[in-house]
Amino acid sequence: MALSNVLDSPAAGFNFDNAARNAAFEGLFEGGQTPKPLKTGTTIAGVVFKDGVVLGADTRATSSEVVADKMCAKIHYISPNIYCCGAGTAADTEKTTDLLSSNLTVFSLNSGRNPRVVMAVNILQDMLYRYHGQIGANLILGGVDCTGNHLYTVGPYGSVNKVPYLAMGSGDLAALGILEDGFQHDLELEKAKKLVRDAVHSGIMNDLGSGNNIDICVITAEGVDYIRPFQESEFKDRREIKYKYRQGTTPVLTKKITPLKMEVVQETTQKMETV
Amino acid sequence: MEKHFTDSRVKGVSTGTTILAAVFDGGVVIGSDSRASIGGEYVSSKTINKVIQVHDRIFCCMAGSLADAQAVTKTAKFQLSFHSIQMESPPLVISAASVLKQLCYNNKEELQAGFITAGWDKKKGPQVYVVSLGGMLISQPVTIGGSGSTYIYGYVDAKYKVNMTREECLQFATNALALAMGRDNVSGGVANLVVITEEGVEHIVIPGDKLPRFSDE
Repeated sequence: MALSNVLDSPAAGFNFDNAARNAAFEGLFEGGQTPKPLKTGTTIAGVVFKDGVVLGADTRATSSEVVADKMCAKIHYISPNIYCCGAGTAADTEKTTDLLSSNLTVFSLNSGRNPRVVMAVNILQDMLYRYHGQIGANLILGGVDCTGNHLYTVGPYGSVNKVPYLAMGSGDLAALGILEDGFQHDLELEKAKKLVRDAVHSGIMNDLGSGNNIDICVITAEGVDYIRPFQESEFKDRREIKYKYRQGTTPVLTKKITPLKMEVVQETTQKMETV
Repeated sequence: MEKHFTDSRVKGVSTGTTILAAVFDGGVVIGSDSRASIGGEYVSSKTINKVIQVHDRIFCCMAGSLADAQAVTKTAKFQLSFHSIQMESPPLVISAASVLKQLCYNNKEELQAGFITAGWDKKKGPQVYVVSLGGMLISQPVTIGGSGSTYIYGYVDAKYKVNMTREECLQFATNALALAMGRDNVSGGVANLVVITEEGVEHIVIPGDKLPRFSDE
């Protein structure tokens, strides 16, 4: 039977064990504050257009005030027809989307069909709800399946909403302004790409946590066009100095080679029956 | 999203809502607003659906934490469907309400969700049940819930009559929702109404600008 949770069968009913464990953790650290995880400080946006869904994201990952990654990929592959943008804790969005992708791949192999977007949403909702908000993943799921073009948002506590346009992350309010102004039903492809680009651009300009380049992912019934980067940052720096050093720059003073002695302890052969 | 989350008792997205249901002659009307908010200051959705169908002639309105309410109604939908297959007949409205009550009562420490269940069944006809936060289950001819309900108790007590017609009941429900949405900051958007009778189910959506206006607007 093709099950949705093929890799890990959860126990029946609600399970709040992890919430209790996490609450117990807080008491163990000084000052009662658990260590802060890396957040992506993001602007992600999605729009449903006439022939499919367009997803967009910036590419900056921050660690407090420092930009940890200038070209981080926030649009994650879920299945050939579904992609997911993630905002919130970087590790959580990565792992959650990976887990979802694995589950859906096994399901596809078992059942022989492409998964539906609503199925991906249900699996995510079940998982995030079970962890009661401890998994800090704010996700935008977009995809095209036999029932149409869909865009969903899943919150960290497990709430789900189906929408025609959406923005998430620290730059969401700036992006939402652009989307609210420019969105129309059944946009053409180029207009939809421009709208998403403008929305993410507004997030980049007005939010410190978002920046660098813009990635766009277009999903239609024909296939996926993952344009990375769709637009490069106008503020790219040019490195003046070369950071590569040629061999011989650092003088070698001494060299010592110690061979590791290995001996054969046991050797076994097993005859295998062949046809 | 942390900047949106202030000191609110509901973590994450809350439905902060107005929900109601009323029995009329031959059926029941169930309705809600469509706003979802975070921390009482950010509207995270203007068009959230709070009237969920749990079976052919049974609907549920949710209030409280959106994540909790969605999880509970998903579980209830599955359990009702299974129950209906085992019994080889459509479930009673009280069965649906009981399923929700069991979930809310047994998990009362962790959950923050309340429901209004309304529907039609062959045994008792149109009915409305309330399942509160802690898991209390009672039957009433008309009931209101959510944060916006406090503003319309007077209106409902004065204007509800037993055995109204379908049109009277719809007008009553629309007016009640409009009044509550006008006074409660965390209720708003469109009015989602569902009319359930023996014949079938009818969805009515009234956009915000088409709602009835009152003398002070």
